[in-house]
Amino acid sequence: MSGDRKPASLAEALSLLAGAPEAPLLLAGGTDVYPARAVAEAWGRYAPRPVLDLSGLGLAGIEDRGDHHRIGAGVTWAALRDAPLPPWFDGLRQAARQVGGVQVQARGTVLGNLCNASPAADGVPPLLTLEAEVELASRRGTRRLPLGAFILGNRRTALAPDEIATAILVPKPAGETRSAFLKLGARSYLVISIAMVAGLLEIDSGRIAAARLAIGACSPVAQRLPELEAALIGARPEEAAALAAPEHLAPLSPIDDVRATAEYRRHAALVLLRRLLAGLAAPQAQGGSQAA
Amino acid sequence: MSAPPFALTVNGAPHAVVAPPDQRLTAVLREELGLTGTKVGCDAGDCGACTVLLAGAPACACLVPLAQAAGQAVETVEGLAADPWGAALQRAFLAHGAAQCGICTPGMLMAALPLLRASPQPDEGAAMDAIGGVLCRCTGYRKILEAIQAAHLFREAEAPSSAGAVGERLPRVDGPARVTGTALFGADAAPSDALWLKPIRSPHAHARFTLGDCAPLLARHPGLERVLTAADIPGRNGFGVYPDIKDQPVFCDGLVRYRGDCIAALVGSREAVEAVRFEELPLTWEVLPALTDPSAALAGPLLHDRWAENVLATGRLRAGDAEAALAASAFTAAGEYETSFVEHAYIEPEAGWAQMVRPEGGGPEASDRIEVFATTQAPYMDLDEVAGVLGIPQDRVRIIPSACGGGFGGKLDVSVQPMLAVAAWLLRRPVRAVWSRPESMASSTKRHPARIAARAGCDAEGRLTGFAFEGLYDTGAYASWGPTVAGRVPVQAMGPYRVPAVATRARAILTHQPPSGAFRGFGVPQAAIAQEALWDRLADAAGLDRLEFRLRNALRAGDATASGQVLTHSVGLVACLEALRPRWHALRDAAASRNAGGGSRRHGVGIACMWYGIGNTGMSNPSTMRVTLGPEGVTFHNGAVDIGQGSTTILLQILAEALGLPPRDIHLVLYDTDLTFDAGKTSASRQTFVSGRAAQDAALALRRQILLRANAGEDAKLDLRDGILHVDGRPLPLEAPLEGIGRFDPPTVPLDADGQGVPYATYGFAAQLAALSVDMELGTVHLERIVAAHDVGRTINPTMVEGQIHGGIAQGIGLALMEEYLPGRTENLHDYLIPTVGDVPAIECLLIEDREPLGPFGAKGIGEPALVPTAPAIFSAINHATGAWITRAPALPHRVLAAIREARR
Repeated sequence: MSGDRKPASLAEALSLLAGAPEAPLLLAGGTDVYPARAVAEAWGRYAPRPVLDLSGLGLAGIEDRGDHHRIGAGVTWAALRDAPLPPWFDGLRQAARQVGGVQVQARGTVLGNLCNASPAADGVPPLLTLEAEVELASRRGTRRLPLGAFILGNRRTALAPDEIATAILVPKPAGETRSAFLKLGARSYLVISIAMVAGLLEIDSGRIAAARLAIGACSPVAQRLPELEAALIGARPEEAAALAAPEHLAPLSPIDDVRATAEYRRHAALVLLRRLLAGLAAPQAQGGSQAA
Repeated sequence: MSAPPFALTVNGAPHAVVAPPDQRLTAVLREELGLTGTKVGCDAGDCGACTVLLAGAPACACLVPLAQAAGQAVETVEGLAADPWGAALQRAFLAHGAAQCGICTPGMLMAALPLLRASPQPDEGAAMDAIGGVLCRCTGYRKILEAIQAAHLFREAEAPSSAGAVGERLPRVDGPARVTGTALFGADAAPSDALWLKPIRSPHAHARFTLGDCAPLLARHPGLERVLTAADIPGRNGFGVYPDIKDQPVFCDGLVRYRGDCIAALVGSREAVEAVRFEELPLTWEVLPALTDPSAALAGPLLHDRWAENVLATGRLRAGDAEAALAASAFTAAGEYETSFVEHAYIEPEAGWAQMVRPEGGGPEASDRIEVFATTQAPYMDLDEVAGVLGIPQDRVRIIPSACGGGFGGKLDVSVQPMLAVAAWLLRRPVRAVWSRPESMASSTKRHPARIAARAGCDAEGRLTGFAFEGLYDTGAYASWGPTVAGRVPVQAMGPYRVPAVATRARAILTHQPPSGAFRGFGVPQAAIAQEALWDRLADAAGLDRLEFRLRNALRAGDATASGQVLTHSVGLVACLEALRPRWHALRDAAASRNAGGGSRRHGVGIACMWYGIGNTGMSNPSTMRVTLGPEGVTFHNGAVDIGQGSTTILLQILAEALGLPPRDIHLVLYDTDLTFDAGKTSASRQTFVSGRAAQDAALALRRQILLRANAGEDAKLDLRDGILHVDGRPLPLEAPLEGIGRFDPPTVPLDADGQGVPYATYGFAAQLAALSVDMELGTVHLERIVAAHDVGRTINPTMVEGQIHGGIAQGIGLALMEEYLPGRTENLHDYLIPTVGDVPAIECLLIEDREPLGPFGAKGIGEPALVPTAPAIFSAINHATGAWITRAPALPHRVLAAIREARR
């Protein structure tokens, strides 16, 4: 397209975005853009739009900013997977290893996964448990939204037409922290989740001081489990799995689809949740991250 | 305004590329730079066939915009040979038989390369992780893993290669083109002035439509040359594999019968064709209710007036009184089973090109010919179809099969061929087409979903008494191979067992679903799921070991089949079961001891057997092979299309052995309807047996002439020195070329109304074990091992035979555990799941050689037999592990869990 641009700075990108006569397609790693294009092309629905390629903005760093980590918009799953990060990132990095194949991990960005806002986005549950925020920039300024407020629904986000998502901000939890991620699918590689569970525990003196749990692919947007999180506080980690009960899954609204039934999803989510909590109680014994 | 070119460095060479910045790197490499070694399987990052290295890291080139690749080092398969690890990988792939059809091979090699650079001797887990993002539909991945792990042994030089005698592991002779990316698949070649063709397909399963005046559309899109419709077909607007059933229109005439049915095609420049949005077409639709359930279709409005009750075909077999036998049985079992549409998912979508050719020196229009280069399993059938739609004699059609990037039955039907031929014929220009993955999946044939009700009985000693089978096969909107499936299933549905009384019936039912056609096994894999489950139930009821029950009932030489055919030779099922017995006991013991430890995972071992009739059912299916000796040496004219299974290599080994020369001395002329004889289609596991025998006979015919001329004895030794044939060391004077022609048509007797006759000249036999564990809380199944014992008559090339077994098992795993095609919902390779490298466990192959006297050196077929027993063996193992009976394929986790709960009730 003649309107395609690949700006070299955020300021230039925001300026191009603000001045664009037609809303451009924001392109980062391309791993969601091109598959969608392939379907549209096959059925004669492809309508070319100008592309604003964000890969040249220099936002590909993971930085320790003291009280939080900043994951730039250009950070790929592979970069996150291979980065030396503290243990609260373990769950997110386990998710990174299971996003597509290594080819997709090398190109797809973590923030792009959030912007695509698929109900089965692998990045969302772990980042919900990290209480991550999304940084959005426009010529009007910069704002931060909690991830839960950024993703509004299936394929819908709070990104304004003149905004670019520039970073994921991950606050540092206090004290000893353990995190994990479990994904259930019907094959071993390249699989879209039937259900997935992410969890993060802060441990103080052998007791759970804080718990954050999230389940994906069982509702239009991955959901935290506030009641269970509250119920876990004060418990010993090894007691946690037994405390998870079906009623804690009330925030979920799973559907029947090609991968599984709603009823199965609800059941599997609980099984995964208990396994995840059991694994967090004995972190050294936890080998792989794959549930199935 | 012209944008500056992008600087792209590919395999170290700089290129200046003028193309849109968001152009996919695949398109840039293939179309702009002519580097067609990088393949396109999905354009969605789902298959990994287009894997290249970008700054040393693997990436799907289909997901990389040109602007992001610019300035980075791009490495493709074309550069591998110059890289020490790349060359080692190529050699290892050849030596280990890691490339079959070759379409995924460039992607596999590129995905493995960075692993080896970082870790020269990777373990299996690392190798799996490296290629976990690349799908292969042929090999079952095991030989790819072997090759990657062995690549360090191939750093310095070629592995010592066998001379290629029958029984030896000759590397595939067409392999080098596959590991270098130079093999030309359907999308890899076309005349530079070729126009593009893009079909317009129905999004509706059943609808009437009108297409108005397209002149405004043509005016709006300069470069769009033509919108082809039903009215443009010069000959018959219909194709189909049966001479008397040409029911599928090239372009529908006002009525569509499935989502994906073709209503028209755009022809013009690529840019113009791709710029047209379907909503711009003057199309009006009247959507009609669709029959999507075969039971409902029996009582529904007719899809085609010709077929009452929408029953396309019925096959049956009757032997004895099955009902009386069941009533008198000591034990009986009954079950209902259901399978799904299964997509072939060859990694190469349909593609090719056609051109009109005027004979040299001009000549009248009446002598114009059409040439079609396309991916296919059946060039002579394509020739018939193209002649039919153009309304011209067959001798004016030439079919040149491309390298075939997987078929499995799906490329036995024509795809691009008729519409390309019509376009090239009318426009007098070469025309090419490449289907996208969604289009390929929506339009192509599928494995028939089956609903089966079966009953069986045995006496108190566990001897089978009777078997009754009723199968409803959803054959979709058009005939395709439906009658073949309905014909084969009743003959084989009781399996390779002595069953005195049999009543089987299979019906192919028309619905508004994708046409179900040929898919590795022609309906038999579905039937085997029912048959083998009943044997497990009967064995359990009679208190017999499941393997011993099968052994007790196994067909043996001298037995008569339910068709009344006395099997005189090559009935190796007993040998297969006896070969498996030690593994059976060891694996069952291991499962029991692991289960004793408790936990949420239960272990089990299952077994299933199969037989498979080699070649067409009760019908002629000849092959003709030709070998010549002339001044250029010995040339083998082989018309059998190698779709990856290895027939080019196998037939050469057979021919060479029979002739008495090593394979390397023989030139090949491969499948081209102008240059080779009709070898029949590559289907029904027939090429080794049928074309192999023809090749053997051709070689023997030439050898006889040579010996006669040399006045030499039967055991004379031939050799070629400096292009001159020597017989027992003496040069053979040659005044004129010599030729040997072999033709073989397996002897069969057509079946009568009760399925009695001699449907096949020979059968493959097999038994497989599956060892697995089931997560009792999630219903997920983890395969641990498959042990496959196959009676192949004689192993011509163990690497090729194992490759077929591995690949068949992988497809059987998909059928059993994950593959379910739903029109409009799983038309891509991320919602439609086929096994990845992590889903195929270790496989042990036990090759049984019970020679078939009719076959070349005793050989039979292996292509389909490999798949048939896998799914039932897996279901048997799930039952052993959990007590649950799987009655619905695929056994997705939620279905397994439901079956476990049902069993506990």
